Amino acid sequence: MNDTPAAPLLDVRGLKVHFPVRRGPFGRVTGHVRAVDGVSLALRPGETLGLVGESGCGKTTLGRALARAVEPSAGRVLYDPGDGGDPWDVGALSRRGLRAYQRQVRVVFQDPFSSLNPRMTLLRIVGDPLKAHGLASGSELEDRVADMLTRVGLSSRYMRRYPHAFSGGERQRISIARALILGPRLVIADEPVSALDVSVRAQILNLLLELREQLNLTYLFISHDLSVVESVCDRVAVMYLGKVVETGPTSPLYAQPRHPYTEALLSAVPRPDPRLRGAGRRIRLADDLPDPARPPAGCSFHTRCQAAVDGVCDVPGRPPELAPAGEGRLTACHRATDLTLTGVPALGPAVEGA
Amino acid sequence: MTGLAAAPGAAGTTQTPEGPPTEKKGGAPPRDSASQWRLVWRRFRRHRLAMLGLAVTAALYLVAIFADFLAPFGTEHFDEDYPYAPPQTIQFDGGLHVDGYTTAVDNETYEQTFTTDPSQRIPVGFFVRGEEYRLLGLIPWDRHLFGPTEPGAPMYLLGADRTGHDLLSQLIHGTRVSMTIGLIGVVVAFVLGVVLGGLSGYLAGRADTVIQRVVEFFMSLPSLPLWLGLAAALPPEWGPLQRYFAISVVLALIGWTHLAREVRGRFLALREEQFVTAARLDGCGRRRVILGHMLPSVSSHLIAQLSLSVPAMILAETALSFLGLGLQAPVVSWGVLLQDAQNVRVLETAPWLMIPGLAVVVAVLALNFAGDGLRDAADPYRR
Repeated sequence: MNDTPAAPLLDVRGLKVHFPVRRGPFGRVTGHVRAVDGVSLALRPGETLGLVGESGCGKTTLGRALARAVEPSAGRVLYDPGDGGDPWDVGALSRRGLRAYQRQVRVVFQDPFSSLNPRMTLLRIVGDPLKAHGLASGSELEDRVADMLTRVGLSSRYMRRYPHAFSGGERQRISIARALILGPRLVIADEPVSALDVSVRAQILNLLLELREQLNLTYLFISHDLSVVESVCDRVAVMYLGKVVETGPTSPLYAQPRHPYTEALLSAVPRPDPRLRGAGRRIRLADDLPDPARPPAGCSFHTRCQAAVDGVCDVPGRPPELAPAGEGRLTACHRATDLTLTGVPALGPAVEGA
Repeated sequence: MTGLAAAPGAAGTTQTPEGPPTEKKGGAPPRDSASQWRLVWRRFRRHRLAMLGLAVTAALYLVAIFADFLAPFGTEHFDEDYPYAPPQTIQFDGGLHVDGYTTAVDNETYEQTFTTDPSQRIPVGFFVRGEEYRLLGLIPWDRHLFGPTEPGAPMYLLGADRTGHDLLSQLIHGTRVSMTIGLIGVVVAFVLGVVLGGLSGYLAGRADTVIQRVVEFFMSLPSLPLWLGLAAALPPEWGPLQRYFAISVVLALIGWTHLAREVRGRFLALREEQFVTAARLDGCGRRRVILGHMLPSVSSHLIAQLSLSVPAMILAETALSFLGLGLQAPVVSWGVLLQDAQNVRVLETAPWLMIPGLAVVVAVLALNFAGDGLRDAADPYRR
C-alpha cells in the first residue's frame, strides 16, 4: 500500500514477555514461559498489519504487551506520537505518559461476550473511557457516545440498554465504539471477528475498514484466520512460538511464502471452490506446539519442519535471525535461500463473506 | 485489500446493523432495560419461603423501630410485688380485660406463687396513656399501642421476671438491640471483608498470600474464647452504648473472614475477565476498576451473603450476653433476657423466661430463609 519508508508509528525492538512458572509450596520460579520471545516489528502509520499464527504462539500476548495490559520483560517499544517530538519509550512511560499512550493505542477484544461488563449500559461502557480520562461528562458525554454509536452502525436509542440485549455482531460494534471514542491512532484488534458468526464477520470487517479510512487509523490485526487477514491487511507478520518468523506485504507473502511454517499455514486454508479441492498439497504438521517454557534448540520450528536439516537447523545457540528476503520481506529461516515454497493463489473473490 | 470489496452481500450492509428489530432470537421481545435488581426481585418473589422470611424480618425491624410505642411499658418499668408472675390471657366480654393475680405463700419455703384470679378484672385498652417516650427518638408521646387503661395495674401477657419486669415489653425492647447489633457488626465486617478480600483477589501474588494467612489465622481461633477474651478486655466503666458498639466490632472481627474469602474468590475470577482488562485500558485507576467495574458484578451476591451473616451475628450476641460477657442490664437484648433462664430451678417455676430464645429462633430462621432466597435469586445461573 505504501512503499515510502515513513517513520514507523510503533517500533518494536526485541520485545519479550516471559511468565514465571512457579512450583512447590514456596512458589519457587522453575522456569519461564516465553510467550513473546524477542519480537521486532515496525507498524507504519495508516497500514493494517496482520499478526497470524496458531493458538499459543503468543500473538495475543504480544498485542497485550503493546497495549501495556501486560508488562514486557525485556525489549523496547517506541511510539511516535505524531507531534514531531521524540518517540515515546513505551516501557518507560510515567503513569501520566502511560495514560496518554493508552488513549492513543486502543484494544478491541476477541470475545464480545466477556469484554463488555454485563452490569453496565452502553452509555457507561462506551462513555467510561471519556470519564476516566476526564474528557467529557454529563450531556456532552451522552452526545459523544451517541455520535460514536451511530458511527459504528448502532442506533443511539440503545444507549441505556445492557449488553445482553445485543447479538454478537452488535456487541463487537460496541467494543469498537469503546475503543474509538478516545480518538486513538492505533487500534490493536485481537481476533475481532473470530467469535462471530460467519454472516456478520464481513460486516464487522467492512466497518473496521471504513473507520480506518474515516479516522486515519492504523491497525494491528491479530487473527488466526488467514483468509480474513488476506482481505483486510496490507502486511502480514507470521508468529511461531513467541517469535516472528516471516513478515512481508500480504499478496507476495501469500503467493510465495519464504518460511516453511508460513507455507504450512497457507496450505491449511480451506478452499471454498470445490474444483480446487485436493489440488493443493496439504502440509500436516506434527500436532503439538513445543512447550514455550522449553523451546527447541536452534530454529524453534525444526521439530515440525519438513525442510529441517540436521546440523543446520538444530544447532543450539544458533537461532535463525530475521533477514531481508526481497520485496520488503523478512524471513527467519536457515534454509531460506535453498527452498522453493508454494503459496496459495489469491484467495480473493472466493472468500465468500470472509 | 482484496476480498471484501468483492464479497457479495457484504458491501453496503454495514450501515444497517443487525439491530434488535430484525434480531429476535427465540421470538422473545428484547428485554432491555430491566436492571439487575429488577430481575433479582422477580426471581425472589417466586420463592415462597424467602418471601415469608422477608416478611417476618421486615416485621421484626418494624418492631425494633417502633418498640417504644408497641411495648406496654418502658425498659425501666417494674413492679417488685409481682416476681415471676405467670402469663395472663386477654379476655373479651364487652370490653378487653386480663385477670388479676392472687398470691399464695408456701408455708415451708416461704416462696410466693401467683395464680391468675378470674374474679379480678384489669381492663385493657388500645392507645392507652402510659410512660412518656420519644417516638423514633424525636417525637415526645405517651400513648402505647395497648396496655392497662389504669396506669400501674399489673399486666404481664408473657409473664414477669425475677424483679417483676414485663417480659413482653422487655422482649419488644430487646428486638431493637438484638436486630441492629447484627447490622452494625455486619457493616464493619463488610467493609473489612470487601476491602481485604478485594485487595487480596485483585492484587494476587504476595498481598494475597499475606491476607489469606491472616484470614486463616482468624478462622483457626476458637471463636468463643476469643469473644470472651475481647469482651473481657472492654473497660468496665464503659457505658451501655459504648459497650454495644464495642461488642458489634468484636463480632465483626470474627465475621469478616468468610466474606473476605468469598470476595477474593470472586475477584480472582473476575480479574481475568476481559471487561476488567478493558476497564484498565480505558484509563481507570485501581480504585475505579475495583469499585466501579468489579464490585457491581458481585454486589448482588455480596448482599445475599450479608443477609446470611446477620443471623450469625445475632446468635453470637445472644451467646455472649447469655454468658454475661456481652451486653448487660440495663440494656435489654434477647441474650440479656436469656441470662435469667440459666437456672433450671427458675425455669421450672417460670418457663416463660425461655420465650426470648424463641424470638431468636424466629429471627434467625427468617433471616436465613430470606438470605437463601436472595442468594438464589442473585445467581444468574440458577433457574
